[in-house]
Amino acid sequence: MTWLVAAPLLIPFAGAAAALLARGRPGAPHAVALIACAAQLAAAAALFEAVWRLGPQAAAFGGWGAPVGIVLAADMLSAVMTLAAAVLGLVVALYAAADVGERGREAGFGGLFLLLLGGATGAFLTADLFNLYVWFEVMLIAAAGLLTLGGGAARLDAGIKYLTLNLIATLAFLSAVGLIYALTGTLAMSEMAARLADAPPAAREAAAMLLFAALAAKAGLFPLFAWLPAAYHTPPTAVTALFAALVTKAGIYALMRVFTVVFPDSMAAELLPAIAIATMVVGVIGAAAQIETTRILAFHIVSQIGYVALGLAIGSALALTGAVLYLLHNMVVKTNLILIAGVARRLGGGEHLDRAGGLYGASPALSALFLVSALAMAGLPPFSGFWGKLALSQAAVAEGDWAALAAILGVGFFTLYSMSKIWLKGYLKPRPQGAARGLTALPLRARVALAGPIAALAALSLAMGFAPEPFLLASERAAASLLDVEAYAAAVRGAVR
Amino acid sequence: MTLWIFAVLAGLMAWAGVYLMLARQALRLALGLTLLGGAANIVVFAASGATQRAAPFVPVGAAAPAGPVADPLPQALVLTAIVIGFGLSVFALALAAAARRRLGTDDVEAMRAAEPLAEPHA
Repeated sequence: MTWLVAAPLLIPFAGAAAALLARGRPGAPHAVALIACAAQLAAAAALFEAVWRLGPQAAAFGGWGAPVGIVLAADMLSAVMTLAAAVLGLVVALYAAADVGERGREAGFGGLFLLLLGGATGAFLTADLFNLYVWFEVMLIAAAGLLTLGGGAARLDAGIKYLTLNLIATLAFLSAVGLIYALTGTLAMSEMAARLADAPPAAREAAAMLLFAALAAKAGLFPLFAWLPAAYHTPPTAVTALFAALVTKAGIYALMRVFTVVFPDSMAAELLPAIAIATMVVGVIGAAAQIETTRILAFHIVSQIGYVALGLAIGSALALTGAVLYLLHNMVVKTNLILIAGVARRLGGGEHLDRAGGLYGASPALSALFLVSALAMAGLPPFSGFWGKLALSQAAVAEGDWAALAAILGVGFFTLYSMSKIWLKGYLKPRPQGAARGLTALPLRARVALAGPIAALAALSLAMGFAPEPFLLASERAAASLLDVEAYAAAVRGAVR
Repeated sequence: MTLWIFAVLAGLMAWAGVYLMLARQALRLALGLTLLGGAANIVVFAASGATQRAAPFVPVGAAAPAGPVADPLPQALVLTAIVIGFGLSVFALALAAAARRRLGTDDVEAMRAAEPLAEPHA
């Protein structure tokens, strides 16, 4: 079972090394990336199947077991996140074949892409707090590289802000790890809670707050999200899509893990409800103020991370189920909306909505794909966003948390507003100058490479909307495994040496 | 105990790092980040308790070291963190240099290529 847990992690790293070595040959790094993504998907599916059937799986490395050595552990939540990351990695890699230019590919796109995918997978699978820090650094350096690929004024500017704010967050994370190790003498997350109970409260709260601030910045929570809308609109579409699929999601996953396993109750956790609601509201208002498609979508990433954080803040099994379901839906649909925005820009729509338009007449197929994704994003029934929001709303009502309920419903309304803005100005309104082109204007290869992944993700989103049972069941089991700290700890302790 | 020396040192380095980062020039920003990273490394290193015990070697034939030894784990951690921090510092410096060349300024406040100040729209 050891290799089963490690394989989704080892494959992208082996691929990244191969892609960097193959840099001289045109086309070779991207071929390596596609093969590695497909292999990782197979490995993630095998891991998911094993965890589904047998419960949490774990593996220890280097001949050292839990309290000292590094253990990888996959419970249902880790397995679901790994599988989702692998699916989106493959889809975005296919899209990137027609999206990332020659310069970007020569600068090492394929290797950095796999490095980011591997870093996120590592964050989902590790049971060791310092190891988690390392995965965030791996993701940071890969993301910074992808962001500044090929230079360009906007990318360099965005790169400085992205790197600075994220680096401060990882340094806070590192300091928190140092404090927690000093208090507990272990780096295994599942061993920490019991040992922290005897620690001086002031030291414990300081460590918890430092860790919370670091992960909140990584997840893009209010008020530490400024790095996200500053950067996400500058790189090629495939890069933004991969960021939307993985980066903030690793942050919110780590928050879910740490604040159920390590710090089940702390002052930081008491702040979370207010911060989650503020994130939802500020993100959606920020989006309403934007007029460029990708920047609107970037602010919505912030807003929607707030939903997941709200589920964690409410904390009941139902709320966590809703949070996981919403997170999965959001990974698929948000990635797809960004991919669609990339195609819309090519077909003459442009980024700035005042200068865009006419796509409804020129490309009914793209319009239909956008509409399906936009309605899912807004959470209208029976599309995929609805079920997660329904579970979250039910959880809020069950806990009598009316502020949370108001935020869930109100922010959903404003999401619909932003989606309508893109629809009206980018699709329905005639283009002010020139004419929009249809998908058929693209060369056949580009058309297949761009529209294929979009159609696949739209189909996945529709499946999540019209047949939600399997996704709901998986989310339910993921939430249950998150709350069953004992089973997770037992798996970590029993990891084969 | 000499632990307080580490605390003061980490505090001073963090202070100097923040001071540099507030100076608005991209180069100072990168150097400030490096100093802040050094402060975090000292915090991690201090987790070992800053003792003056023996190195944690196990004599040949024995299963455990003889007598009290220093905790090797924070040292391994801080080594990892230094390597990562070095890589990121170099990247940050290269980025600052590239941005200065491309944007024609090294004032972080004046860098608005990614988020230009709003133009009024209909």
